[in-house]
Amino acid sequence: MEVVGSVLLVFGALLALLAAIGLQRFDDVFARMHSATKPATLGLMLVLGGAALVIQAPGAVSKLVLVVLLQFITAPVAAHLVGRAAYRAGTELSPDTIVDDVAAEFLGRPIVSEE
Amino acid sequence: MIENAATVAFGILGVAALLCLVRMIRGPRLADRIVALDTLLLMVVSGIAVRAAVTGDDTYLDVMVVAALLAFTGTSMVANFIEKRGS
Repeated sequence: MEVVGSVLLVFGALLALLAAIGLQRFDDVFARMHSATKPATLGLMLVLGGAALVIQAPGAVSKLVLVVLLQFITAPVAAHLVGRAAYRAGTELSPDTIVDDVAAEFLGRPIVSEE
Repeated sequence: MIENAATVAFGILGVAALLCLVRMIRGPRLADRIVALDTLLLMVVSGIAVRAAVTGDDTYLDVMVVAALLAFTGTSMVANFIEKRGS
């Protein structure tokens, strides 16, 4: 159990590092949000799962499970709120953006940028 | 085994937190900063869990729950702020 837990701890930390690298490398808010929510949530789940396997005390495990559940519920909501607010505030998209469905639906601009 | 794994995990989480901090300082928009802060708090939560695993001391696990909740509260408050005032 301890070996599996240790491996999960390291893998979870690596996913957190991946999220941080994505935060540096992507070049607009929406792409950065993608890396800040998905790999970071999976990394947190692996780290907390590994910690639960190592500790195994019921009180501690219940808190760890609670945090994972909270993160699963709140991460999509938070990302949705930030994304909507940033788009409405006129945040510029990355120059590499090809499809902007929201612009087509609500602003009447073409979906696909001319290139 | 667990001691070595915890040392490695602490190192990796430290580098990741540093990268998040750089993004938080550089911005350029308020939305970038709050996304980076959210990720940074996730790494703090992971660090507390790693510490609890290696020492077997579960005192700080309550702090972990509160930090996870505060990350969401803070993010939604700032999103609300951006929506009202612009970035």
